[in-house]
Order: sequence, then structure tokens, then C-alpha cells
Amino acid sequence: MTYLAKPKLHHPSLQKNRLGYTRRDYEGKVSTLCAGCGHDSISAALIQAFWELAIEPHRVAKLSGIGCSSKTPDYFLGNSHGFNSVHGRMPSVLTGAALANRDLIYLGVSGDGDSASIGLGQFAHAMRRGVNMTYILENNGVYGLTKGQFSATADQGSKSKRGAVNTDSPVDAVSLALIMGATFVARSFSGDKRQLVPLVKAAIAHPGAAFIDVISPCVAFNNHPGSTKSYDYVREHNEAVNRLDFWPSREAITVDYDEGDTVEVVQHDGSVLRLRKLEPDYDPTDRIAALARVARAAEKGEVLTGLIYLKPDAEDLHAHLNTVETPLNRLAESDLCPGAAVLERINAALR
Amino acid sequence: MKRIEAVNDFVVKFANVNGSGSASANELFAKSFLRMGIPVSPRNIFPSNIQGLPTWYEVRVTEKGYLGRRGGVDLMVQMNAQTWDQDLKEIEPGGYLFYDNTKPLPKSKFRDDVHAIGMPLTEICNASYTDARERQLMKNIIYVGALAGMMGLEPEAIAELIGEQYKGKDKLLKPNLNALQMGLNYAREHLKDALGLKARRANAVGDRIFVDGNSAAALGCVYGGATVCAWYPITPSSSLAEAFAAYCRRLRTDKDTGRAKYAILQAEDELASIGIVVGAGWNGARAFTATSGPGISLMTEFIGLAYFAEIPVTIIDVQRGGPSTGMPTRTQQSDVLACAYASHGDTKHVLLFPEDPYECFEFSALALDLADRLQTPVFVMTDLDIGMNQRLSRPFAWDDSRRYDRGKVMTAEDLEAGREFARYLDVDGDGIPWRTLPGTHPTRGAYFPRGTSRNPYAVYSEAGPDYVYNMQRLLKKHEFAKTLVPKPVLTPARAPARFGAIYYGSTSPAMHEALDLLADRGIYVNALRVRAFPFQDEIRDFVRSHHKVFVVEQNRDAQLKTLLVNEAGIEAASLVPVLHYDGTPITARFITREIAEAVARLNVRPLVRREEKAA
Repeated sequence: MTYLAKPKLHHPSLQKNRLGYTRRDYEGKVSTLCAGCGHDSISAALIQAFWELAIEPHRVAKLSGIGCSSKTPDYFLGNSHGFNSVHGRMPSVLTGAALANRDLIYLGVSGDGDSASIGLGQFAHAMRRGVNMTYILENNGVYGLTKGQFSATADQGSKSKRGAVNTDSPVDAVSLALIMGATFVARSFSGDKRQLVPLVKAAIAHPGAAFIDVISPCVAFNNHPGSTKSYDYVREHNEAVNRLDFWPSREAITVDYDEGDTVEVVQHDGSVLRLRKLEPDYDPTDRIAALARVARAAEKGEVLTGLIYLKPDAEDLHAHLNTVETPLNRLAESDLCPGAAVLERINAALR
Repeated sequence: MKRIEAVNDFVVKFANVNGSGSASANELFAKSFLRMGIPVSPRNIFPSNIQGLPTWYEVRVTEKGYLGRRGGVDLMVQMNAQTWDQDLKEIEPGGYLFYDNTKPLPKSKFRDDVHAIGMPLTEICNASYTDARERQLMKNIIYVGALAGMMGLEPEAIAELIGEQYKGKDKLLKPNLNALQMGLNYAREHLKDALGLKARRANAVGDRIFVDGNSAAALGCVYGGATVCAWYPITPSSSLAEAFAAYCRRLRTDKDTGRAKYAILQAEDELASIGIVVGAGWNGARAFTATSGPGISLMTEFIGLAYFAEIPVTIIDVQRGGPSTGMPTRTQQSDVLACAYASHGDTKHVLLFPEDPYECFEFSALALDLADRLQTPVFVMTDLDIGMNQRLSRPFAWDDSRRYDRGKVMTAEDLEAGREFARYLDVDGDGIPWRTLPGTHPTRGAYFPRGTSRNPYAVYSEAGPDYVYNMQRLLKKHEFAKTLVPKPVLTPARAPARFGAIYYGSTSPAMHEALDLLADRGIYVNALRVRAFPFQDEIRDFVRSHHKVFVVEQNRDAQLKTLLVNEAGIEAASLVPVLHYDGTPITARFITREIAEAVARLNVRPLVRREEKAA
């Protein structure tokens, strides 16, 4: 934790993106989380992803619930509007915001208490509806702000810092997202920025509900032997199914690999996802196989990471509702109010 | 035997089986009076079930235009054997029982002081139709025809209504007209003078419309510019969201592209529906939810967030009987306190109390303006009685020059011009801060709203003075709301009055009738209809200028009275509660009796004791 204000001056050699912004332009306030918190690494990955994609910060709306993870939107994208809402209810607030203005990019940040315990229902329903968003679950298996209670993602048999053993079976948010109809499902680790940043970029570009479960160790309450969400445990048990490269368009592709080792997926908007296979038979567009693979990994105590599922022709909620192109919050009286003459006809029909 | 004889002033109650198709026939009956210029006030009385169980439809025919529930039944149309015994008891002495006499019934099934009018409905239907469903449906139309014949309803008026209902559906039109005629013919031949209740053409309907409050509120949301509606099914509010969807399909579909200029989501629960509304309101779309008491309970955490983070939210509460599941299909005004103070911590919300469909339309549109102006939750407090019953009401009105009040929203131009933005600072003295919408400006105007305290610049702060500044500003804003919400409406008595009465919402028609009945007995009462909270000073002044003021409401705990004492600086002793809360709509008879008895009590001068006299 640091109380030092960030210097306002930028070093002239800082690299700029297409819009002329440096990474500093994507930062927020100084984090108040514990030194070494996985969540801060995720914030850094988000900053990197938005900078690389050259998205104007103010075109992003970042929403969260309550908890350590939900505080983080204050620590990145300082020029974006954010909303620190109610515990476990970020998905509904984000859904409403997304309905109001389809032109912004929506980032939902949540924790495991927020999404898997109190907010399990809202999490599931947001996935069902296909709200166009990137949903980051900062998953540490523990309640940090209230000092160390198990959350619903804690594995059965894992130990708390005080030595208590969790006897409840865990909620696996990845499986749940798959079952509920999320069209982009990934898992990563806060300590693996090389894996996480391209996943975030691809999720942002995905035109539907994109979910990333990021295992993010809690250094204060869940980083001890016996925990399955500690840095050591995740490093030892991390099984990546693939490595992702993301390009906003085909023209932007800069790296070549031997054919046969990679799978390319082109999305609606022309963005290209290239997956380097780490498991030769893994097909990330096969939802049922994905579910089975996730279950097998859980059985073995592995932390399965990578792009687990992608539906290339995904649709979002606005498509389902067939809403107009103009954001609803920009429609004026002339679009919305049928006027006095129509009302008179309605009156006449009610006589 | 006494025989009730009445023209254009009586109550008909239909006892039916749910799901038997009676609803549209009964509505046809009610509307045919309107076409003859005679006001009616129908009410659905239905238990919480779908098919096979009892349901009632009560039509008050009232040339004088008293649209409240009268109480008592002059004619029972008995089409449900399950409820025969209880229905029989409700009929006024000298009243009528219309029933199906295909099968003979024992004498014990009748009353000596009630005129029984039998008609072999089943026999007629079985002779005319072969299909079971058709027999059932046409039976309803046949009894409407028979009633019309007995009462002197104009057959042309009914035929016209049937014609409108089945316009372009000739296959259905003809059989319905035939069935109507069958009923008419039977009544003419067999029941000529059986009924003393008559309809006579009048001119008392005027340009009024006949509509339920839920449809009216939904249309108000369309006109008021709501683009996002999130809801969860709950009686008696579900038909509001469904009406909004129907009106939007018709009035808000883009003509060129066929695409929707609205978004409606049936959420997974009320927590999600209010969350969606909060998210949309924060992002600058006009959004509302419709719910009832249990939904309000679930929403309260979010309502507190919206109050504290200052997000425009419109909530339409179609009240029903509580607490808990209470009486889902019965009416009450029992969410007043729950809504006024919804959520933990110090909260106060703006409430609007519509009296009828006209005001449901008006106040729903207004609520959307107020929510944007005040950046806070605004409640439209309607109820089942207004919401789910068709009511004669002034026609809806809209001024095309009216502009939506979007409140204090800073634009990109404002920010670019260097105008200072402080999200939670009172710069204009009304307690309302300026806000920005997400995505407005690349480098200015972003902020991070939250339920936790902050300083006027939206920076997290737990400093006491920052918190107190904010809470005081919210109070100032609430005070300012008094200047924006609808003023109370005074109905002065015909003669100088020591007593006053305060009432609100769906009590209105029964109250107006009660005022007439009381005046007929020489009891004069000035009446003030409260239309909103926070309360304007006129309400306090009204109470202070009377000896005692009755507060007439439909709940057990005198909730508006409590709110008046708490919030308007009114002494509790000056208010006398008149409370009706059995789930049925309040009646003029009830109000009249309660007030007359109370007035008699209050007018008693204490007796001077004999000893004192002697001294």
C-alpha cells in the first residue's frame, strides 16, 4: 500500500498508442489494496489492454459491486465514468447502463463473494442475457474486507488462514458461465500478465457476454499452504489449454506461427483471435467439450486457464431486443413522445 | 315482499368461475351503460388463482357519477355454484338473484326477501351449441342479452360494442350477435317485469374515457419518455409493464427500420429490475420499474443507493394488501411509510398519489421529469383498485409544446468551456448538484459514484463534515421538491365547517360521495386531497384551520397520518384516523358512518356535574 501521490509529469520517452495516449493516461488513483494483491496486477493488465487497443478512456464505463475487487475501478481508467454499486448487483446495474447507451464499452469488475455468493443469481442472469460486456471476476476464494471468511469459490478441503477447513463444494464460475450461455469464457491468473492481457483485449472486442475468471491471490488472508488460491498453488497447478494472441483486424497481425499449431477465429467486427494450441485436441468453440474439460481439471485439482470457450457468431442483448442504433439515452422528445394527436386517437378508442 | 326499484342507480354483481370467459362478457355489460351515457364503475374481485376457482365482477351503475364502491348488491348474477351460499347473503333485502334454473334447486337455496329470476341457460346452450367451449362462452353472452332485455339496455349499443370487439373477425361476430339476441328474446318472452332495476339513456358520461390505471400509467411512461423498463411479475403490477410493452410496440417502433426505441427486460427478481433501472438512470436513459409491496421490500437497498448516489429512478408501486405476501389480489394503501423512508440510514423519498387513471398517466410522466430534475427515486403510489379496474376518467391530455425536464446535466460543451464540475456540490442553492453522463468528455467530468460517503467532488471521504454536508444537502433537495410536486386539492364544504378530512389516491371517489352523504345529514367537512410527499405548507395550514381533521386511508396503521405528524409539523391530536383495510376498496358508506359517529362523539359537550351547578 502506498500513500504517495503519483507524479503528474510523464516521461517524454513513454510510448504512445494510436490515439497519442501513454499508459499513464489509462491509470487511475493510487491503489489502497495490500502490497502484492493480485487485484492490482489485474488493474495493470486492464490498463495495458485498453492502452494497446487504443480505446478512448472516456468511452469506457466501469462498474463494480462491493468488496476489495470492486474498489479497483477507482485505480484504473481515471477518465472513465465508474459506478461502485451494491454488493452482488453489479450485473444488473451494468445491464441497465448498457441498455441506456449501446455505444460505450462496459467493463464489470467483481469478486468471488460478490459474484459467486451474494450475487450468484445476477451473475448467471447477465450471462444468460448476453449483455455486451467484459466481466472480470477477481477470484481469491476469500472475503478480504471482512478479514478472511471463505467465499463460495473456495475449494472443498482448502484451509483458511486460521486453519478452518472448507466443507462446502465450490461454485465454479467458469462452468456456470458456460452453462448459462456466456459466449466468451476464459480463466487466467493475475500473476500471468502475458496470458491475461490478450484475453482481456479479446473479451473487450467480443460482441456479447465475455467472462474472465482471474485467480487473484489474497496476500493478507489466502496465500498460505492449504489454500488453493495462493500464488504457489496456482503456479504449480496452472494448466493452460492455449495461448491467445489478439488483433483488432487481420491487417494488424504481426506474428506468424507454423500452421497446424494455431486456430484462428474471426469475430463479427473483423477482430482476429489466434490461439496457439497447448492441448492439441482442445477446440474452444465446442461448449460441451469445454464443460467436460473444465470438470476434469477440477477433479484433478488443476487450475485450467486460457480461452476456454468462444462463440464466434455471438449476439448481444441489444440484438435480442432489436433496439435502434442510436443510444436510447440520446433519443429526444420527437423520437419518444407520440404527441397530442395520437393521444386523442387513443382516448377515442377508450370510449 | 319489498322490491328494489331503481333507475340508473344500482349494483350488479357477477359470480363466475375463473377461466370461463366471463370477463369479456361482463365488461361488455358494463360498457353498454356507457354507450347509453350512464356512468358505471366496475371492479374485479378475484382471489389469487387462475382457473376453476371463484371470481366476481361488480358493476356499480351510477348516473350521479359516484365511482367508488358502494357496498351491497341489488342484483346477483349467480353463475358459480361454489359460492352460491355466500353470494346469496350479500344481496340487499328486496334485491334479485338471477340464476340458471336448468336443474331444479331446493327452497333452502333461496331467500324469502330476495326475488329469484331463473333462466334455463344451460338448457338453451345445450340445444343451440355442440362444442363444449362454445356452450360456455356463449352462455355468458346469452345472460348479458337477458339482463339487457330485463333492464332495458339498448340492444344497438351492445351490438355496436360486439361489432368493435370482433371487427374483421366475422366468424366470431355473428355467433356472438346471435347469442345476444337469444338472451334478449328469452327476457322479452319470459322475464318481462322480473327486474326492478332499469337503465335509461342519460347524458352523464361526457368525453370521459374508460381505462384501467395500469394501462394509463404505462402510457404515461411512453409519453414521459421512458426508454428502459425492467420489471418482475407481481400482482397487481404485471399488467402495467405488459401494457408498456404493448404501447411501445405500437408507438415506439421505428417506422423505417422496424427497430425498437425502447428496451424492456423481465428481470430475474426485483433486485435486478431496480438495479437495471438504476444503471440506466445513471447512464442518462429515463427508466422505470413497476412493482408492488413485496417488490419494494426487495428493492430497498438499491433505493438507498439511488438516493445517496443521486440517480434518477421512477418506481410505480401498485399497492396490494401486506405484510409479507398478504392479500395479493386485494387493495390497500399500506406501502406509504415503506416507500417514504425506503432503505437503511436516513432516507426520504418523493411520493406521488394518483387518484384515477388520468392522474396515473399524468403522474407517471411527471415522475420521470421529477426523477431527472431531483436526481433521486420518485414513487408513483397507485393501488390495485385503480390499477386493475377500468374506471371512467378524464381523457388523457398532452401539450405538444411540453419538453422533458432532463435536469442538471453538464454537456461536453460546458466542460470544454471550462465550467467547474463537482458532482456533489450545491452550486445553485436548491440542493441539486450537476451531473455528467458517462462518455461525455475525454478528460473532464468523469466521476465514480458510490454508496459510500464522499466529498462534494465525489472523492471518497469518511470525514464527518463531508458526510454532514452531503446529508444536509439531500435534505435541502427534499425540501426543494415541495415546489415541484403536485399541490393538494381542496374541496370546500357547502357551509362553514369545523372539520376537515385529508385523503389520497384511490379513496377519492368514495370520499366525494361520502362528502355529499354527510352534507345531506348536515355534517359539513372541508376535504383536502394530498397528492404528494414532501408535504407543502398548505397541508399544515389546512389542519391548523380546523378543529379536527379526519385522515381517511386504506391501511391499519394510519400511515399517512404518521407521515403528516413526522414531516409536516402537525400535532397528532388534531388528526383523527379513519381506516379501512379489509382488502376491499373503501366505500362511501364506510367513510360516512365513521365520520358521522366521530363527529357525534367530538361534538358532545362534557356534562356539567350537579354539584358544580349547585355551587
